[in-house]
Order: sequence, then structure tokens, then C-alpha cells
Amino acid sequence: MTSRLRWRKLISGFMLTMTGVCALVAVSVLFLILGYLVYNGGTSINWAFFTKLPAPVGETGGGMANAILGSAKLLLLATLIGVPIGFFGGVYLAEFSSTQVAFAVRYAADLLNGAPSIVIGIFAFAVAVHPFGHFSTLAGSFALGLMMIPITLRNTEEFLRAVPRALREGSMALGAGKWTTIVRVVIPAAYRGILTAILLALARVAGETAPLLFTALGNRYWSPGWNQPTASLPVMIYTYALSPYEDWHRQAWAAGLVLLGLILMVNIVARVILSRGIAVPRS
Amino acid sequence: MQASARPALSVNLKPTGIANTSREASAPSSMRMTVSKVNFYYGEKQTLFDVNMNIAQNHVTALIGPSGCGKSTLLRTFNRMHETVRNARLEGEILLDGQNILAQDVTQLRRRVGMVFQRPNPFPKSIFENVAYGPKINGANAPIAEIVEKSLRRAALWDEVKDHLHKSAYELSGGQQQRLCIARGLAVEPEVLLLDEPCSALDPISTAKIEELLVQLKDSCTIAIVTHNMQQAARVSDFTAFLLVGQLVEFNPTPQLFTTPSDPRTEAYITGRFG
Amino acid sequence: MCAASVVLITVLLVFELWRQSALPRHKFGFSFFLTRVWDPIAEQFGALPFIYGTLVTAAVALLLAVPLGIGAAIFLAELAPLRLSDPLQFLIDLLAAVPSVIYGFLGFFIVVPLMREWIEPALKKSLGFLPLFQGPAYGIGFLTAGIVLAIMVIPYIISVSREVLLSVPRDQREAALALGSTRWESTWKVVVPFARTGIMGSIFLALARALGETMAVTMVIGNTPTISASLFSSGYSIAAVIANEFTEATGDLYLQSLIELGLVLFLLTFILNGLARLMMLLTTRRGTGMGNA
Repeated sequence: MTSRLRWRKLISGFMLTMTGVCALVAVSVLFLILGYLVYNGGTSINWAFFTKLPAPVGETGGGMANAILGSAKLLLLATLIGVPIGFFGGVYLAEFSSTQVAFAVRYAADLLNGAPSIVIGIFAFAVAVHPFGHFSTLAGSFALGLMMIPITLRNTEEFLRAVPRALREGSMALGAGKWTTIVRVVIPAAYRGILTAILLALARVAGETAPLLFTALGNRYWSPGWNQPTASLPVMIYTYALSPYEDWHRQAWAAGLVLLGLILMVNIVARVILSRGIAVPRS
Repeated sequence: MQASARPALSVNLKPTGIANTSREASAPSSMRMTVSKVNFYYGEKQTLFDVNMNIAQNHVTALIGPSGCGKSTLLRTFNRMHETVRNARLEGEILLDGQNILAQDVTQLRRRVGMVFQRPNPFPKSIFENVAYGPKINGANAPIAEIVEKSLRRAALWDEVKDHLHKSAYELSGGQQQRLCIARGLAVEPEVLLLDEPCSALDPISTAKIEELLVQLKDSCTIAIVTHNMQQAARVSDFTAFLLVGQLVEFNPTPQLFTTPSDPRTEAYITGRFG
Repeated sequence: MCAASVVLITVLLVFELWRQSALPRHKFGFSFFLTRVWDPIAEQFGALPFIYGTLVTAAVALLLAVPLGIGAAIFLAELAPLRLSDPLQFLIDLLAAVPSVIYGFLGFFIVVPLMREWIEPALKKSLGFLPLFQGPAYGIGFLTAGIVLAIMVIPYIISVSREVLLSVPRDQREAALALGSTRWESTWKVVVPFARTGIMGSIFLALARALGETMAVTMVIGNTPTISASLFSSGYSIAAVIANEFTEATGDLYLQSLIELGLVLFLLTFILNGLARLMMLLTTRRGTGMGNA
């Protein structure tokens, strides 16, 4: 073997090992994040965390019950706002629309998807806060719902399109009308993908903080109804982390663990659902 | 088409129909490559069974047979390309100039045994850069521009591209791209050039040009070609090997195999009774 | 009708952003982008420090994330068997699902002390002759924000690049190997160049994400509208200033200036996302170019 060849082979081995190192670094970040959260937050998770309201400023103790409930309310309403629009929009695109309309809608959805979350927050402020003069859960849900629309829409469309023509034609050949076919045949065939899409959209907005900063704002107490500002997990984490109180830091770790844990679980569940079903294009 | 200066291959046919070359009759130096007792497995499935044959120096050897008979698999063992597939396993011996290729460094081997693929696959670079790729990484003992010109001439492409060397290779027609791939393969001055159905994606005119090219090239290079086109094999090759379901059924000088085949299965194939 | 509402919403969004930033647009015009001063009291608003901060942090992020990301993608696409590559990709997708506030949180409590105690002093000692690494180092600032952003955008680069690399036709790699290339040479000189448009697309995507990131950045950048050559200095980004000052903004000019910043951000990400999509389109259209026989 010439020395030149030896050198080239050395470089080859070295560079390929380096790529392995890169991959290792990338993957280990995930474990580092989880590790730190578990280590620092695990000890702070107790019953009080889940059931108590925040203690007065400066005092230790208290929990994040209102934030947990607040997040739940926000996400529920956001789903009710975002999913139907996204879902039916997706159905329309996949089954009914012409190419120009489809193009425009898809383009708009992509635009909405690519908008930074803080810009969505500004928009939600302009539409749902400013005219009413106060912050509210409703406004927060509106912002989050907006963010859920594009994901739901694109995925619904893709999974519906992936259902083979043969299935549709089989149903129509039996005399079923277009809508019946869609409702009874196509959607059930694609339900796994659509469900996954909804779960993934949910997981995405569950962690969003920026749009909530000027829509739902925050609250140290319960916020009954939909018209008042409300606490949410992400915002609490943000506020507590930047505060000077040790106890609040501790609670923020716990909250981070809870939030990330839930998000990761939803993601894993979503992907497991998807992998068990029909193999369809990933979006 | 038998070379008078070199001993012809003598073939012993066994009743099982597996051809065996008797190596005593041919001087080792005239056999560029010798294939002995080659068995090939893909995972648990065996795809080549006890293949023995030779590739004669400065001649064109064709591998023919129906789809799935293993001719491409066999060809790809000659430059160890089978190693890019994870489950592939080779048993037996393949000698290049008397040395076992499995014991050599694979990168070095592939410089000496080149390959042209079924579909033209030029790199996303200019015509010049495509041909220059091999010499550049392997180290060249002549100026690159000279090597590029020489290779393009050998591939009968120089006149068509000499004024456009820096254009993208993708602007060439299919036939030109394939000749470019041949030039690219020639640029590293291989001792053996393997071609895997090089004309199957091309029109008749480009095919004819390449066939002409191969006949000219064999003076400076040893050629092994896989083809599903029997007429092509009859036109260009000196020796032909007929494979069926992973077995080497017959291996003879081309005129002999096509006019008086020794095995009934060969006869059935070349007369079109199956394919 | 639902589909139409999507278009409607998007149009409305752009419209609102435009309408609600009318005041500063009329008052400052283009000089808005060139002024350094951000003084709410004196009602002087200039966007330059935020644009600077956004660009610098994005640049640092890309400088770190692109080599790492492409390297990892090469490993996942070329070297790792599918049994390893798919699960690893799954883990990387999970990384992309981690919310911004968690990254910011960990950045604040883990990365900042690390920078302050170890990395920034080391950089100062070794490369302190560069204006990039001079000045007081408190752990927060452009460099830290860039590092946190890099971690956040790596998954995007990896997943897109990996897919593009996997879709490069087998025979490109085989042709390179058949010419006597080493594995690295065939990967770096043939496969990666073949996929370069898609990889560029992934970089634009990552950039778009980096520019719009709010929470993680605002927790580690220092939140002071400074323009400084030093990476150790604290600064501000467009998204961060909006997040911090929006609810405190008194007076319409203040508020609308922030909204104008939001408009700028939106336009930037819009252009980048468009470019990214263009690149992806170009990759799928290019095949082995059989041309006309």
C-alpha cells in the first residue's frame, strides 16, 4: 500500500469517526436535558406541587395547581378552536378542492406555521385582547389554537391523500355518496395519522410560552371561566426561573420536568400510534 | 475471435452441466482474472453455486442469462462491490494476476478493476471534473488535463465535448453520459473494466457506438460485460458465459457457444425458448 | 369554508401587523432600521441593536450547528445501519419537541454558569486577542445565546439532511467507490455534493427557527440593547425585546414600534422559509438527469 493510500484511509477512518461523535453529541443532549430535569426537579415533585396555589411572594411552599389547570384549559380550548378548522380544511383540500385554491390554502398554512410564536402572540393580542381591554384565557387559547391549525391541516390532508383510490372507488361503487365515503371509509382509514397529527400539534403548543405572554398573561390564583388571565406551566417556569428566590427555582425545575415529561410522552405515544398503522409519508 | 497468440480456453463439460475450465491448457498470465469455486450468499439465500471461470486478458468476456440468474451478482464480486451490501457473503477464490482479490486492500483493487453501471450515473459536476475525479483522489503521474483528454478519446467522446468540458455532465444525452462514465472509469487506467448492462437504458444508436468502443478498448484493457441482449454478446464478445439460477451452465468462445452450444439449456436460451 | 378561513387568518395577520405598526413607520421610516437608540422615555425607537443581536446569535448558532448537524446526518445516513439510524432519528425528533422555555431554563441554570466559570475564561485566555472574546464575561450574552440556539436548531438540520442524504441514488456512491475512493471520499466528494441543495434548505430552515426563537434567547442574552463586537457582551434580539417590553409598553408609539419589529421578524422568517421550500423543491426535481438519448 502506498503511503498516499494509507493517508487517505487514515483520513477516512478519522472523519467517519468524527461524524459518529457528532451524532453522539446530538443525541446525548436529549439525555442531558432529561437527566438534569430529573435530578433537580425530581425531588421537588410532591403532592403539594400539584394541588396547591402559589404561596405569597417570598414565602416557600405552595405549588402550581393553578398553572396546571390553566394549561389544561388553554389547551382544551385551543384544540377546540384549532383542530376543527385544521381538520375540515384538510378534508376539503384532500377531497374537494381545485389546485389553485389548494395551493393558496397550503401556502397560507405554511406561512402561519413558519411565523414565530411571538408574532402569533402579537396578532392574538391585536385581535383578542386589545379590543376587549383585558387579558384572558380565551385570547391565550386563540393564539395557541392558531398554531395548531397548520399542523393539523397539512397532516390531515397528507394522510387522507395517502388513502388509496381503490378504497374510495370501492365504496362509491357500492352506491355510497361522496360525503358518506369520506366519513365512513376514508377518514377511518387515515385516523391513525390524523390522531397523531393532533397529538403532535398539542405537544407543540403545550410548551409555547411567548404567545401566552400577552394574551393569557399570568395569574397567581385560580382563574374561573374564560375571560380572566390565567397561569400556565410554561409561563410559570419562565417567571420562576428568572426570579431571585431559591424556592421558586426549585419549583421551576419540577414544573420543567412535568411539562417536558408530558410533552415527550405525547410525542412517543403519537409516533407509536403512527408506526403501528399504515405506512404513510411523514410531514 | 480466438486470439492466436494466447492459448484458448479449453472447456470440460461435466454431465451435471457445470462447465469447468482446465487451467492446464492456458498459461496463467493470459488469464487476467480467475474465478474458483465461488459461492455467493445473500443472508441465508445462496445466489451463486460453485462458479468457475476465467476472464481472458485483452478480450471481451460476456455474461448472459435470464433475469435473476446471478450474472450481475457475479460481476460485482470482481471488484468487491458486493461488500457495500450488508448481508452479502462470498466464498471461494477470485484471483487477479494470480493474487487473491479478497486479500488485497479494496480501495486499491477498485482502482485496478473499474466498473460502469447500468444507468449512466455521472457525478453532479462538470464533464471535466467527472473524469478527473478518479485521478485526483488516487494521485496522478501526469497532468490531469492530459489524463482527461486521453480518457475521453478512448471513450470516443472527446470530439463531442472538447469545447464544453466545464458544462454540467447532466446536459449530455443518455448515450453521451454513459460514454462519460466509461471515460471516468478509464481515467484511473484500470486493468479490467466491468460493465453491467451498460446499454440497457440507451437507444440503438448510442448502443452501437458503445459496442464499437468496447471492441476497440480491449486492446488496452480486459473487459467483462453483463448483458441481457444475446445479440450484443454475440457481436462484441470473445468468450461468453451462460448462467442459469446461479449456476455457470456453459463457458465457451462466443462463436462456439452461439452456433454449437454444448448444453441443451444454453441452446434453449439462445433460441429464445425461455428468457 | 374552513380552508378559506385559514387563508383569511393569514391575510388578517399580515394586515394587522402592517396596520398596527403604522405610527413608527410614518414617523421613522427607514431610519428605524438604522438607529441604535431605543429610548422609550424620549420616544426614540431604533431597531438596530435588536437586528444586530438577532443576526449575531443566529450566526453563532449556525456556525456551531451546521458542522455538527451535517456530521451527524452523514453518520445517520451513510454509516449507521437502519436499525440504529431510525431509533437515533427518533431521539433527535424528540429533541426538536422540547419547548423553548425549557431550553432557556436549562440554558440559564446550566449553560450560563458553565460559560462563566469555564468556557469564557478559557476563550479569553487563548483567543483574547480577537475583539470577539474581549470584555467582561458574565456568562450571559451573545455567545451563550448562540450556543443555546445551536442546540435548538441542530435537530432540524439533522433530520432534513439525513432524509436528503438517504435519497441520493445508490449508484452515485457506488460509482465513486468503484473508482477507488475511500468511504469518506465517496461520501464527502460525491454523496454530500449531490444532496447539497437539500442540505442548504435545512440550513435555511434552521436559520428561520433561530431568528424567531424567543424564550430561550431572552433568558440568556442579557436583554440590554447593546451593539458590541464582543461575543461576551449581553445584548438583545427582536423576539426577546417584544416578549419583555410588550406588556409594559406605554403609549401607542412604543407599542407599535414593537409591533413593527414583529413585522420585520415575520418577513424575515417568511423569506427564509420560502427559500427553504424552494431548495427542497429543487432537490426533488433533480434526478440523475437522463436527458434525451
